[in-house]
Parts: sequence; C-alpha cells; structure tokens
Amino acid sequence: MSTSTLRAKHRRSTLRTLAFLSPWLIGFTVFFAYPLLSTVYFSFMHYDGFKPPTWSGTKNWTYVFEHYPFFWPALRNTLWLVLVMVTLRVAFGLGVGLLITKIKTATGVFRTLFYLPYLAPPVAATMAFAFLLNPGTGPVNSLLEKAGLPTPGWFNDPTWSKPALTLLALWGIGDLMVIFMAALLDVPKEQYEAAELDGATPWQRFRYVTLPNISPIVMFAVVTGVIQTMQYYTQPLIAGKVASGVIQGAGTQFEPGYPDKSTLTLPQLVYNLGFQRFDYGSACVVALVLFALSMAFTALLMRRKGGLINAGER
Amino acid sequence: MPGISRKAAIALAASASLALLATACTGQSDSAASDDASKETTINFWHAWSAPGEVKAVQSLVDGFEKAHPNIHVDVVGNMTDDKMNQALRTGGAKAPDVISSFTTNSVGKFCSSGALVDLNPFFEKSGVDPEKTFPKAMNEYTQFDGDRCAVPLLGDAYGLYYNKTAFEKAGITAPPKTWSEFEQVAKKLTIPQGDTYKQLGFMPNYHGWETTTEHYLGQFSPTYFDKNGKSNVGKDPAFEAAFTVQKKLVDALGGYRKLETYRSKLGDEWGPKHPFHTGQVAMQLDGEWRLGMALDTKPKFDIGVAPLPVPDDQADQYGKGYITGTIAGIAATSRKQNAAWELVKYMTTDTDAVVNFSNAIHNVPSTLAALKSPKLKYDPRFKTFLEIAANPNSTTAPASVNGGVYLTTVQEFGYAYESGKATDLKAGLKKTAAQIDTDIAQAKQP
Repeated sequence: MSTSTLRAKHRRSTLRTLAFLSPWLIGFTVFFAYPLLSTVYFSFMHYDGFKPPTWSGTKNWTYVFEHYPFFWPALRNTLWLVLVMVTLRVAFGLGVGLLITKIKTATGVFRTLFYLPYLAPPVAATMAFAFLLNPGTGPVNSLLEKAGLPTPGWFNDPTWSKPALTLLALWGIGDLMVIFMAALLDVPKEQYEAAELDGATPWQRFRYVTLPNISPIVMFAVVTGVIQTMQYYTQPLIAGKVASGVIQGAGTQFEPGYPDKSTLTLPQLVYNLGFQRFDYGSACVVALVLFALSMAFTALLMRRKGGLINAGER
Repeated sequence: MPGISRKAAIALAASASLALLATACTGQSDSAASDDASKETTINFWHAWSAPGEVKAVQSLVDGFEKAHPNIHVDVVGNMTDDKMNQALRTGGAKAPDVISSFTTNSVGKFCSSGALVDLNPFFEKSGVDPEKTFPKAMNEYTQFDGDRCAVPLLGDAYGLYYNKTAFEKAGITAPPKTWSEFEQVAKKLTIPQGDTYKQLGFMPNYHGWETTTEHYLGQFSPTYFDKNGKSNVGKDPAFEAAFTVQKKLVDALGGYRKLETYRSKLGDEWGPKHPFHTGQVAMQLDGEWRLGMALDTKPKFDIGVAPLPVPDDQADQYGKGYITGTIAGIAATSRKQNAAWELVKYMTTDTDAVVNFSNAIHNVPSTLAALKSPKLKYDPRFKTFLEIAANPNSTTAPASVNGGVYLTTVQEFGYAYESGKATDLKAGLKKTAAQIDTDIAQAKQP
C-alpha cells in the first residue's frame, strides 16, 4: 500500500470518527465551550448589553472581590448550603430510601407520599413554606408555642433563614429517594445472606455491604447535589421576598438577601449584576467563581484517594 | 484515538474563538428616526399593567390614540416586567417594542446612559412642546439623565400620610402631625401595647414596612444625593443624618426594631385586603395615592384621613411637599418606527384629556401640570392631597443615576444595618455608604 493510500485511509477514518462525534462536538461547542470562553472574555470587558464591549482589564475582578458588598456574604451562604444542605439531603434521602425499601405494606402509598412534594413547583413550595413558617401567624410556630418550645423567626431571622431553606430542601427529597431506592434494591441479596451468616449486625451489614454497593450512587447524589446547590436561586429569592414583604412596586427596588443578606446566593448575584445592573463583566466574574467552585468540589470528591469512591470502584 | 481528539480540540477551540470574536465585534446598530408617521404603520407598545381594570384603561387610552391617528395601529402587550423589557430592548427585531412603559423610574439612568431608549429632546423640540412647562418639576427630573431625556412621565405617584381618623379621635388628636417631632408624639399616643406585642401600633417605622423605604423618608428632607461633580453627597448633606436619626428615634420610641419586626411578620400583605392599615392594626401609614381606593374597597370600620407627610422641624414652611415617582414611557433605540412611536408617546403623555381619562381610570396622579388642574379630573376629595403634593414645587424625587437605583439600595442597606442596631456610628456609616456609591458608579461608568 502506498503512503498516499494510507494517508487517504487515515483521513477517511478521521472524518468518520469526527462525523460520529459531531452531535457531541456540536453540543459541547454550543452549550459549553462557547459560553465558557465568552464568559472568560466578558469578565475582562466592560459591557452593558447595549454599547459595544470595551476592555477593562482586571477591573471587574477587583470590583467583585474587593468592592461589591454582596459577594462575600453570598459566597459564605453558598458554601454553607453546599456543606449542610447537600450532606443532610443525601443522608435524609438515603434514610428515607432505606426505610421505604424495608416497609412491607402499603409501599406504594409511602413512595407516593415522599415523592409528591418533589413535584411541587419551587415557587409554590417556597411560598407554602413561608406561610407555614411565618413567625407570627404560621401553624409551625403555633404548634411549637403550644408545646412550650422556642419559636424561631425562620425566614425573618438571619440565624434561621438557611435552616428554614434546608427544611424546604429536605421536604422535596423525592428525587434522591427514588434514586437511592433503585440502588438499594440492586444490592445482591446473597451478600446480605453471607453477612448474616457471619453474624454481622444491621449496622455492619449497612457499612460493609450496602454502602460499598451504593457508593457510586452516593457519589452521584453528592456531585449533582453540589452542582444544584451552586445554582440555588429560586427558593432563597422567593423566601426573602415573601418574608420581607417587599413586592417590587413603583419606585421601590428590592435587593435580594433578606434578612440581612442571609439568603443571598451566588446565582442571585449573577442575575443582579448582569440583568439588573447591566454590568455583564462583573456578572461573568461571579459566574466563573461558581464554575471554579463546582469544578473544585467535584475534583475533591472524585480524587483517587480520599474521594467518595475509590479507584477500584470506577 | 488521542491524535483525533487533539485535532478535534484544536478545531473546536479555533471555531469557538472565531465565534467569540465575531460576536464581540458586533455593536449596537444605529437606528435613525426616518420613518414617515403619516403613512400606514403598526407599532408595538409594551406596558407593565396587569390588573383587568388597568389593562382595559390602557386599551382605551390606545383606542383614543388610534382614533386620532387612523394610520397608526398599535399592538399592545401588557404585564411586561422590566427584565423582559430590558431583554427586548437589547435584541430588537420586528416583535420587539417600539414604545415601552415601565413602573420603575430607577431604571431611567441605565436606559439613558446605555442608549437603550432614544433621547426625546429632539422630538419635543420638533413638536414645539416644552417639557419644563409641561411636567411637574420632580417628574421632569426623574425622566432624564445627564441632559438625555430618554423617558417621559406617564402618570405619577405621590407619597403622603394615611391616618385612622377614628383612632385619632379616640386618642384626642385633632389634626395630622406636620413635623416629625409632632409625628413621633402622635405615633406614641396611638400605640396601644398588648403583652409583648401591640393591640394597635401608631406607625410601622421599619424600612421593611413596605413603603417606608429610605428614599421615601428621605424625600421629606429634600436631600441632594449627588454633588456637582456627580460624587455621592450621602456623607456630607446633613439631610441624610437627620432622616436616619428621625427614623431610628421612631423605631426606638415605638418598641425597638426586634419587637416591631415580629409584629410586622404577623401582618397581612401590602396589596391584600388584610393590610394592617385597613384592619386598624396600624393607625398611620406612609403610602402612595393608590392606597385610598384599596382601603375604601375593603370597607374599613373607621374614617380615613389623608395628609402630606410631616417635614423636618426646621422646614415647617415646606409642609405639603412629598416624594414623587411614577410610571415612565420611552422609545426603543432599536425601533425603526420612531416618528410613529413618538406620536403615541406624545399623545399618551401630553394630551391633557388623554392623561386625565387615563388617570381617572387607573387612580394615579396625572403627570402634566395642565392635567393636574383639569376640571375633568374625577376624584375623592381626599385624593386632592396627592394632586397638591405632585404639583408642589418643593416635592422631591431620587435623581437618575448611571447604574439606575443602585445608590438607593446602598443607602437602604445601611438603613437596615442602622435601624437594627448592627451599625451604630451614623456619621461613619454614611461616609462609608457614600464611598460605596462612588465605587459602584465608577464601576458602571467605565469608558
């Protein structure tokens, strides 16, 4: 075979591979590479969405990190939610999943009951929670008061607003429950039988049989949970708005984060800077911080040693 | 196949960079007002009103225009938020609005400085209309930025004091308070405690008490937000210190921030029938002219009194002024039918009968000096207080700024910290607020 024939064959094979790859390549370019590169580009530009962008060097970065008063509170809140909310959601989702797989009667009813809240639209669910947790008129505090327990300010108190949001997230646990249930039912029965024969306690059976078998699913739940929480926008915004009582009317302006910036999250800043302040450059900086954080968390969780799943399980 | 992946990656990066450069180089296209407004044409009008009665009122305003200009047809789209309008103003196109109307005067600075809305000065000149003589002073002020008049007032809002006349009589108070120190006394007299809460609160002074925003309080102190060089005056103008002091004194005198916030969280919402002023839970309310109709609709068990808000003790001669804001209208820079669009804007905002009829239907304050005096204006006698506040030359507004209302929210953020006791040094806090405003403006004003 001559060199030119070989080259032609190689070229054909390359083109064929590219053709097969093209759906992914197009998707990757349009929905990932281009937006990401644009975000990096615009983070160094001054751009209001109307006039052509102009070069501003690192001004947007300095502004966001040093002068934008909402950035650090929002970052702290986002990290708090990632650590607390994701951990609790995974633990609770797994707990409910375990419980439901053990139940022998009326399983359908319980599955439906736990899954239903997940179907509630986020805005409606948040408004319902704001109503239930209203410090003055909400039924939750009425019950607590009757039981002689302290009544928190929930969405009206900076100390309690994030725990209130966490409660809301735990209530809508249906998605995780279904995933965990599927994983739990997939664990080979013979492994449990073997463990039982060896005299393993329920905790030992969970620790040495269940957990290793479902660890890729736990990993999936944690990573997607981290990414979801990084994009947490609707619930804190609605909760803050409803609790503050401020409905944007003529001449009034609402800055998110009520009370005392405690419900601010980074995605809210992207919206606030980009679409309300027309400062796309700074919005891009915050978006990149979010991207870097998501990558860092995912890398941390997936690393070979000390990550959620070890190399042998991949 | 690592070789192929590398090549693919290079091709990908190159095409993405090209695409990026291509988009980066596209600027805003110039659109000149070269259309012939006497020819048959259709324009798009986007507005923010959404209640059925309001939508009907807008339609009848537009019907009036179409009758007067049979060649210009108007496609009306209601219930549009500022965010949706911003997006449409950016992208343009056949379905984008030619004329917009927004509730937020705070956006005017952004609209003017970014060039999203066209400067209407040449249109006013061409039509021989003098905006200074047409619109009340404050409204004239909030519709322009740096000499660029990119918006026109389309009805206005004036803020005043609503009071429970029955509660006043019970407490032996004969007239609404005119100065803030009188106001504090009256608010205390009207406050009836009940355990660790209130049976009746004289006034809800907290900044989250809906319309008791920092800018509405400040309006009564005639502050100068910016100096001649465009720098924030918040740390220098004594009006700011005075306003913050008055509000904090009220908060402390009426029970303290925490107790008031707990009470507030138990109250009905601002736009619902259980508003605490309607229910008698709060005896005085800082609010806009719309509250009168809303309160009367709920058939309250007391008489409603209306008065201007109090003024600082050393400005007693200016009693009668108030804070003014309102709805604005403008023409999209992307519109190819700007002359026809101007005909609609001119009709809606300067035709006295059109403004009066619209005001009668929507129950907002008319936005021209002529309409404010029109005998065709139908209103409850109490509504007259708001017409007078709107026409009062001492009434104030918050000026347009390059980044919209950011400076107002910065002031408000400090207000939250100060009223709750988180910030205690007022002077230092105001200076820091001013520095933040200057930094935000410098960020927005980059060349």
